[in-house]
Amino acid sequence: MTVPYDTRLPPELRGLKVEIEAHAREFGLDFYETIFEVVDADDLNEIASYGGFPTRYPHWSFGMSYEELKKGYEYGLSKIYEMVINNDPCYAYLMRCNHTVDQKLVMAHVYGHCDFFKNNAYFAHTSRKMMDEMANHGMRVRGYADKYGENEVEAFVDRCMSVDDLIDIHSTAIKRHEESSRFNFKEVVEDEGDHLTRFKSKDYMSDYINPPEALKAEEEEFKKAQQAIERSFPERPERDVLLFLIEYAPLKPWQRDVLSIIRDEAYYFAPQGQTKILNEGWASYWHSTIMTERALEPWECIDYADHHSGTMAMSRGRLNPYKLGIELLRDVERRWNTGQFGKDWEECDDLDKKQAWNLNLGLGRKKIFEVRKIHNDVTFIDTFLTPEFCKEHKLFSFAHNEPQNNYVIESREFQKVKQRLLFSLTNHGRPFIYVVDGNYKNRGELLLRHEYNGIELRMDRAVDTLANVHALWSRPVHLQTVVESKPTLISHDGTTPTQKTLGEADDARKNAPPATN
Amino acid sequence: MGQKIERDHQRFRKIVRGKVKSGLSKYISRGEMIGKKGRDFVSIPLPQIELPQFRYGQKNSGGVGQGEGDPGQPLTQPQEDGEGGAGEAPGGHILEVDLTLEELADILGEEMGLPRIEPKGKKNIVTTKDKYTGIRQTGPESLRHFKRTYKRAMKRQIASGTYNPADPIVIPIREDKQYRSWKEVPKPDAVACILYMMDVSGSMTDEQKEIVRIEAFWIDTWIKKHYKGVENVYIIHDAEAKEVDENTFYHTRESGGTKISTAYELANKIIDQRYQPTEYNLYAFHFSDGDNWGDDSPHCIKFLQETLLPKLNLFGYGQVESPYGSGEFYEYITELLEKKDNVVASRIPDREAILGSIKEFLGTGK
Repeated sequence: MTVPYDTRLPPELRGLKVEIEAHAREFGLDFYETIFEVVDADDLNEIASYGGFPTRYPHWSFGMSYEELKKGYEYGLSKIYEMVINNDPCYAYLMRCNHTVDQKLVMAHVYGHCDFFKNNAYFAHTSRKMMDEMANHGMRVRGYADKYGENEVEAFVDRCMSVDDLIDIHSTAIKRHEESSRFNFKEVVEDEGDHLTRFKSKDYMSDYINPPEALKAEEEEFKKAQQAIERSFPERPERDVLLFLIEYAPLKPWQRDVLSIIRDEAYYFAPQGQTKILNEGWASYWHSTIMTERALEPWECIDYADHHSGTMAMSRGRLNPYKLGIELLRDVERRWNTGQFGKDWEECDDLDKKQAWNLNLGLGRKKIFEVRKIHNDVTFIDTFLTPEFCKEHKLFSFAHNEPQNNYVIESREFQKVKQRLLFSLTNHGRPFIYVVDGNYKNRGELLLRHEYNGIELRMDRAVDTLANVHALWSRPVHLQTVVESKPTLISHDGTTPTQKTLGEADDARKNAPPATN
Repeated sequence: MGQKIERDHQRFRKIVRGKVKSGLSKYISRGEMIGKKGRDFVSIPLPQIELPQFRYGQKNSGGVGQGEGDPGQPLTQPQEDGEGGAGEAPGGHILEVDLTLEELADILGEEMGLPRIEPKGKKNIVTTKDKYTGIRQTGPESLRHFKRTYKRAMKRQIASGTYNPADPIVIPIREDKQYRSWKEVPKPDAVACILYMMDVSGSMTDEQKEIVRIEAFWIDTWIKKHYKGVENVYIIHDAEAKEVDENTFYHTRESGGTKISTAYELANKIIDQRYQPTEYNLYAFHFSDGDNWGDDSPHCIKFLQETLLPKLNLFGYGQVESPYGSGEFYEYITELLEKKDNVVASRIPDREAILGSIKEFLGTGK
């Protein structure tokens, strides 16, 4: 393929692209080269089903998304306006049947995303050649399907997908443990008793100052601790369950490869989940700014306003990330323009004074550029959500109401709203699962722990997921969690799940529960 | 593009329908989308497979929303807009479109292993046809889309403040103009006609007619899948034959004798007049309880063999069993089976037999 993609862009759109790109650069947006492709609705649905990568590995789940998108489109219920891929160059798809004003809006929006992809810290680790990598992944999986059978490979991919959220999204930025390999043998230090607490003493006083019993007890303790360190595997609880499985589960080479493909893609997509509100808010902020300040022609106003408000609309009380993002960014911009931040502002009790507060600092733009660089959704909300904002935008928290089995509005209090919002964003709103012990009970069994934080797991799904983990680990697997407010160990030996309430024992490593089978 | 997702989509459909052995069946949920068709709400089935993952349960869970409402108010209840409640919110009556007919035909074909029908020879001419589906900015004036152009011009004038409601003159400029655009679509001209004939003499009871109706529906669905234009002709007969509409076909009950040949002759006449065998793929299905008038049967066979069959892609004879009918006509038809390959005959004693009978009828792939 030597034909440049750009040829598919009709001349009038090519003109628009040049225009919008110039506006975006003028505003200080910084992005990789962006390639627009114009496709039909059906093709766009296909591309979107593959998460933006037409060359992805085959799997029925993409067919499932396709059916949803297709039916939604055919019945006029939903329509994808745009699709943009974090890659260098960025790829963006435009729907052929869209109006010129829509294409402008979409282009401006896309440049917002492209800037975000390139500059946001959480995207720093993502591969910018993902188009090619995805194609490679596709080739490999297809190759395995040819060699080992479609059904077998598919069943394995299903299993992997069942656990594909068990990754450590922050591990890309934090060094959790020292680089180690299985060849890092610890030097056995010939113990001379140096570690024991021995006070200086004259010979004849020795037994009195350093009683042998005490030394002996200390020695015992030390040995125990030493053993515990040696025995614990992994050294510290490991959140990247997939990595642990890749490294230690008895998988066939092709299985190991498939699992690492799934893991790679999960890490690639993770930042998009982490920054949904900020990313969409940022892109919306820029399409709105570019359109209203630069690109919009007078006769396009009404269509633009119609579509912009359609994107920002919230349906039946649901939170719209586009809306929340753009409003919060604008709020930050306003506050930093007027100087409504910092110690003086916080400590001011005079409402009148606060209302008229304007220091004319003009720092707003600069501040939001900083926000887009260093924040993700959780830190963004945590840092910038204010009680005033909550009130103005009518945010409320809702909670599950057990007697009626429905959700009811819980509160409009700032703290409550913020807490619920942060919770739903933390770890993508999913439970934290750690590998605690890869040699549980010294029988090569796998012990996982759910870090309980007030909400219990959905049991039927947890048991089935555990069965899938078992299929990967090949030995019995256990999950320490809380069921009906009691610490519980769920186990799966490949055929039957068992459940056992634990005593006080919360930490399985110190107080190994009696055998469960 | 296009083929790849098709494969994944087919795979998904197969899993959902239980065609592929996998452990996924218990994760299939029958979701739906609520769509709107005219004034009615339709439920569009949307099967989903959710792979198990570690997720939070409902207890103590919650989230954040935006909008009106007081603490304690349930969320899941749709908040209606007070406007008389004239059916903006789904509820009330929802039509189920469980499957489109095409999906149904696919399932039928898959389920019964039916061969695809090959439209015959010249009747399958593919022509291209221009379909006006799109809109673009340039084009000949003759294709200008007046309504869109007008609306755009008006919007522009309102936006730029040159619109005067007292003197509402709207003048489109070049940027306003919208033109229809077309796409060439291949249009296979394979057309078919299905002639249904039924004995409505006194010996046919309602139950028999119901069986015929069910069977005819499936035959229709299958044949329509393979042709672009399918027309139906309905003929009822006792001692006389006449052409009727679909409703009458299923709801007429005559008394009197039975003369099958009259129906065949009428069918032949209709074919000669309206459906030239050179242009149409012709299908004829005859349902009867097998009772016939005296020496009419040999005449029927002769007529079929010499006149009617050469014109048809397929002739199907379905014999339902009625408490009164003797069923001897079946014996006559079986004579033909060996001589002609476009004849099928099948007995349909009860509803259970419908499936097998459809298979016999459509298993020929003609």
